[in-house]
Amino acid sequence: MKTFAELNFPGRLIAVEGLDGSGKSTQIYLLKRWLEAEGIKVYFSEWNSSELVKSATSKGKKRELLTPTTFSLIHATDFADRYERHLLPLLRAGYIVLCDRYVFTAFARDVTRGCPPDWVRGLYGFAAQPDLTLFFKADLEVSLNRILEGRPKLKFFEAGMDLRLSTDPYESFKIFQGRILDQYMSMSNEFSFVVMDANQNVEKQQVLVRKLVSEKIDLKKFKRKTPLPLPPAWQGDVAIKDHEEDLAAV
Amino acid sequence: MKNSEPKQCRKFFGHGIPRVKPEELEGKLFVVEGADGSGRSSQIAHLVDWLETSGHPTVQVGLKRSTLVSKELEEAQQGNILSRTTLSLFYATDFADQLENIILPALKAGFIVLADRYIHTLMARDLVRGMDEKWLKNLYGIALVPDAVFYLSVEPEELVQRNLSKNATLDYWESGMDLGFSRDVFDSFLKYQTAMAEAFVKLQKSYGFEAVDANRSINSVSRELRKKISAMLDEK
Repeated sequence: MKTFAELNFPGRLIAVEGLDGSGKSTQIYLLKRWLEAEGIKVYFSEWNSSELVKSATSKGKKRELLTPTTFSLIHATDFADRYERHLLPLLRAGYIVLCDRYVFTAFARDVTRGCPPDWVRGLYGFAAQPDLTLFFKADLEVSLNRILEGRPKLKFFEAGMDLRLSTDPYESFKIFQGRILDQYMSMSNEFSFVVMDANQNVEKQQVLVRKLVSEKIDLKKFKRKTPLPLPPAWQGDVAIKDHEEDLAAV
Repeated sequence: MKNSEPKQCRKFFGHGIPRVKPEELEGKLFVVEGADGSGRSSQIAHLVDWLETSGHPTVQVGLKRSTLVSKELEEAQQGNILSRTTLSLFYATDFADQLENIILPALKAGFIVLADRYIHTLMARDLVRGMDEKWLKNLYGIALVPDAVFYLSVEPEELVQRNLSKNATLDYWESGMDLGFSRDVFDSFLKYQTAMAEAFVKLQKSYGFEAVDANRSINSVSRELRKKISAMLDEK
């Protein structure tokens, strides 16, 4: 797997990975705010967010229609849509693209669900390696507590209930997340994850994130020639709402 | 019992589907491939009639018929807004959904499954659009190897006539208009169907399926298919 820099793309891609509740979304959000304030061309893309594929995915999830294979394929479809229509053109235009989850999420989850590792990696064979992958590693107990503290209603696939690990969603979620973490750790070296200590406090982590990014990427090359006007207020609200959960959990 | 050779082993093209044992799939899977206008649906309708009257339970599958994504796939295609990899994966999802929820359970229950197109059309379409063959082979490693594939081969000129007499128009996708061969639908259709036929020949070499000359009448093609399927059902 070659990085975007190695493929001579003018843009750079930074991905964050980690379990639910590892705080990665908060970190990438704060990174985005900083880069925007610095006048850098930045774009943020979230796992499982392609408009086109969304309705099929949510129908499949709600009606519990998905098998490990179709779960994997529909997420690959979603990723391909975002990759080809958004990420690639932006990277060619010299943007810094921030991804909340990248192909490694699929590698970890789908393999945990029983899909063959080679097959899953093959599906995503069209995707290049991020220039920087930050893996937020919190103790399993810490991430579980952050998510489970409020006893939220866990969704069927989110809790890995399709794997029949336990009839109790909370128990199932714990086993499932533990296995995903094992998968992540086993590919950490292969894909050069930079492992972040996600047990640390949020501000300290963010200082380190910004340091790592500026060391890896010569940020001044990515500045806009003309500054953008401030984004309308509602955009901020939406983003803040999206991250409420993570923030509340911390 | 014509000979004592062991029955041909059921298998997947690649990794297959997690936790599915191919040896438990007792039914038969017959695939009819070919362009629009090659007579696929008529042939399948004839086969279903014949098989059911002979006492065989049948189930039919085909492209873009899954519960999971058929509607979304249709919508996305209407606008031609999907890029190639995305469209390809969307079709693969549609295929996998039918494979796991219809084809495999039906075969397990001993049904005869008739597939109105299978992975070969999907692969041929993508190959014509320049996608990587190795990538496609891995993707469709989930598919079960059918008991037989009948590729209804028809000359592109004849396909034009059949499509026009049926619909008075040539379909955007069946004409490969997304490829930009030509702004002229008629030209594009001929070029695209020629390229598709070439892709099928290429696939035929690695997948070893049978080409049936479908320039002939529906009835004579139908007789040939029945004869071949009969022989395979007798082997059981």
